[in-house]
Amino acid sequence: MATSTTSRTPAVATPARTKPAARRQIVDAKARWFNGFCVSVLVVFAVIWALPLVWAAVTSLRPEGEIAVNPAAWWSGSWTFDAYAKVLGTGDIQNWYLNSFVAAAVTAILAVVVCSMAGFALSQTKFRGRRWLFALIGAGLVIPPQVLIVPLFNEFNTLHLLNTYWALILQALPAPPIAVFVFAAFFRGIPAELAESAHVDGASWFRIYQGIYMPLTRPAVSAVFIFQFVWSWNNFLWPLLVMTNTRMMTLPVGLSQVSSAYGIHYAQIMASAVLGALPLLLVFVIFQRRIVEGVATTGFK
Amino acid sequence: MVVHTISGAAPGRRTEHRAGWGLVAPFLVIYLLFLVVPTLYGFVMSFFNGALVKSGLGSFAGVSNYLEALTSADFWSSTWHTLLFTIMTTPPLVIVALALAILTDRMRHGRWFFRLVFFAPYVVPVASVALIWTWLYTPKIGLWESWLGAVGISAPNWLGDPNWAMASVALTTVWWTLGFNFVLYLAGLQEIPRELYEASAVDGASPWSQLWNITIPMLRRTTVLVLLLQAIASLKVFDQIYLMTEGGPNFATRPIIGYIYDIGFTDFRTGYAAAISTLYFVLILTVSVIWLLVNRRQLREV
Repeated sequence: MATSTTSRTPAVATPARTKPAARRQIVDAKARWFNGFCVSVLVVFAVIWALPLVWAAVTSLRPEGEIAVNPAAWWSGSWTFDAYAKVLGTGDIQNWYLNSFVAAAVTAILAVVVCSMAGFALSQTKFRGRRWLFALIGAGLVIPPQVLIVPLFNEFNTLHLLNTYWALILQALPAPPIAVFVFAAFFRGIPAELAESAHVDGASWFRIYQGIYMPLTRPAVSAVFIFQFVWSWNNFLWPLLVMTNTRMMTLPVGLSQVSSAYGIHYAQIMASAVLGALPLLLVFVIFQRRIVEGVATTGFK
Repeated sequence: MVVHTISGAAPGRRTEHRAGWGLVAPFLVIYLLFLVVPTLYGFVMSFFNGALVKSGLGSFAGVSNYLEALTSADFWSSTWHTLLFTIMTTPPLVIVALALAILTDRMRHGRWFFRLVFFAPYVVPVASVALIWTWLYTPKIGLWESWLGAVGISAPNWLGDPNWAMASVALTTVWWTLGFNFVLYLAGLQEIPRELYEASAVDGASPWSQLWNITIPMLRRTTVLVLLLQAIASLKVFDQIYLMTEGGPNFATRPIIGYIYDIGFTDFRTGYAAAISTLYFVLILTVSVIWLLVNRRQLREV
């Protein structure tokens, strides 16, 4: 490394010294022009990407009468929270928020507990049948939950779990089993001497998992928690099938009924859309770095 | 406990064995009950004439469900729609995400802002996305029609025209999910050593040739990952189509999961629906196997 930089230093210095100042200015101007071009393209795309959400928010704050006259306008003569008051006041949206929140939170917590225990056992303990189990769980990675809707529905129907939170939680926990692998990979990175010395001190395996390994895996915990939460919150097909009682619907399923319920009340429809988007947008703004890191390191989708 | 560890390897082994199974058990039980069992049960169902309204498997059907699917025009058209959607969404979701990630990575300031803007739609629930975009597409009053009208182009009937409906849903999907690939690419760009750019700049390489000779070749691994994750995700399309077009107009956009949904939960023919699910799984599996082969090394490291 050091030799390559020293050998290159003259190469940097020589052309810079001999190059006429005028030519360097042209190069600089060209680079500046290119940078400007890049920034403009990026800004144009950013505007396009922000536009639908901004427009939905603007529309939700305009009076219905004004929208009827000029639906595509970006400004209002009189801003109003009327649509929000109506949606929150008459709809079932509070119930849907509660259902989504409880199901997503319980799913995320259970996923962290259950998958971290499995990940710890698979990566740190040597039990017979471990390789076989690894293969079995790995095979689950390629089974898309959508393929299982028919047999799963039958199963939950037989267990009398339709229209209960358990229908959402138990379906979401085993798939995707990638969380187990994420934890196993993180535990692998912790030096084995830690476990060995704890062992010598007489700690049980569960104590080692809970007391030593778990506190050291915050990044994995938050990645799995956030992803399981977002995934549960935004899951649509399965909740649509199992939550048929309006009071038990999750937010996405409830919102899917909104446009027929509100007809041409566009401010109310957009207010519902904004209310649906808001919680996770806030979570994302707060935990932006964590979420982005999670996507980058685990490739959850 | 202390006695065990001191008294030799054998009892330690045994506690380790028991601890391992004990810690795996909660996950394993849920995994078997709600993933392995339904997978096998679905496969068994596909050989029977089950109905949702009746309990039990129904009469034995042999391979007749499979024969019916493979000779059904509805099955093949829904499979084609799923593939068409994948073909329409995968290239833009890879190329545009790559282009925007490269541009964002060049920025010295405000990187967080672009990350926020491009990734934010990904966390919006599909129902909100569908409500917003359905209105953007609405004839006469939608934003797109008024914009295109302003520059003198007559807009198509986005979701109502069978020739445009799938492209319209694909466009919405590109907007909605691009952020995920964008973030994967941003992470890939971070891993390219800066010295490569510095050295090539010294040799007088233009930004354009740096892009072709350094950036894109160095991102090859990321591109393979993004491409296959995207193909698998696109093959699973259902939500936005169900919400925006209900598979219409005239079934022109119904994907294969939509077909499974209609057969299983509207016609109540669970045996036939299970057979289609199995065929669909074979399609996904083909793509997944490619993914696993590509990522074999990473999985082995776990």
